[in-house]
Amino acid sequence: MNRFLLPLGIFVALVALLGAGLKLNPRLVPSPLIGKSVPEFSLPRLADQGTTLSQSDLIGKVTLINVWATWCVGCREEHPLLVRLAEEGQVPIYGLNYKDDRAEALRWLARYGNPYVASAYDADGTVGIDLGVYGLPETFVVGPDGVIAYKHIGPVTAEVWRDKMRPVLESLRQSSG
Amino acid sequence: MRQVPLAPVVACLWLILLAPACGALELRQFASPQQERQFHALIAELRCLVCQNQSLADSDADLAKDLRREVHTMINDGKSNEDIVEFMVARYGDFVLYRPPLKLSTLMLWVGPFALGLIALIALIRQIRHRRAVAPEPSQLTDDERARLDALIDRHH
Repeated sequence: MNRFLLPLGIFVALVALLGAGLKLNPRLVPSPLIGKSVPEFSLPRLADQGTTLSQSDLIGKVTLINVWATWCVGCREEHPLLVRLAEEGQVPIYGLNYKDDRAEALRWLARYGNPYVASAYDADGTVGIDLGVYGLPETFVVGPDGVIAYKHIGPVTAEVWRDKMRPVLESLRQSSG
Repeated sequence: MRQVPLAPVVACLWLILLAPACGALELRQFASPQQERQFHALIAELRCLVCQNQSLADSDADLAKDLRREVHTMINDGKSNEDIVEFMVARYGDFVLYRPPLKLSTLMLWVGPFALGLIALIALIRQIRHRRAVAPEPSQLTDDERARLDALIDRHH
């Protein structure tokens, strides 16, 4: 009987390891920017080309940065939730319009609602690269000090908001007093 | 038997062979052949995060095009391989490298297969030894049986 215990034990351990692995999404790339400051940027605003949006505009309050584009299907999916969050005043949301057509983007917002305090227009995606963007939509939770606390890849759903993002937001607000 | 038309077959073969090269044909200027070599070496070692099984050299994805442009710009600025790798890893993490660095977090990745192989080998050796140890002794034959055995063997010689 003892002879079987060791191989059985190794087998069970392997199954547990592989089983845990099956639950993970292999395409998810964890962001190395968690805990780092939002990289410096200065981009024209989507709506008002003359004005700029920069990372300093995010300082002083907890914010979300939502990377979006009209060509992104997932962005369309999560948009109603973002609009609702903005209407409820849950958190200021800043948009990063990534590699998009400005006119199309403005039309899109007019049609589906605009949850953003302001959107920055990242025409060639360089600010996106600085943020480690690889698959829209991506949403960052940023603390009042400008430090990235959390990044979500993919559409923000009610569950994601409730279980992942809102707790981070609340703890950031509590610790900042 | 009908003759197989050769020309179309050869043309198809060429297309198939060249297909990977056609993926990323972009014209780029470099200050020197070393820089061009540096570029090609680097983009082969960096992963495309959209098509995650392709390198930046092979991938057609938009992000790959943008990152190739970035690498090109950095090389023209005279940045070293370390600088460029650091740039990519700072934004995308270790996953962007085809050769993950040996760190505590990647130890399982590097060592895991060998460790498992070693465990399997040890188990196998122990199993063989165990079998040998408990193998029954060849039983002694009686004289009668030995005589019959010899006769049988002799008969078949």
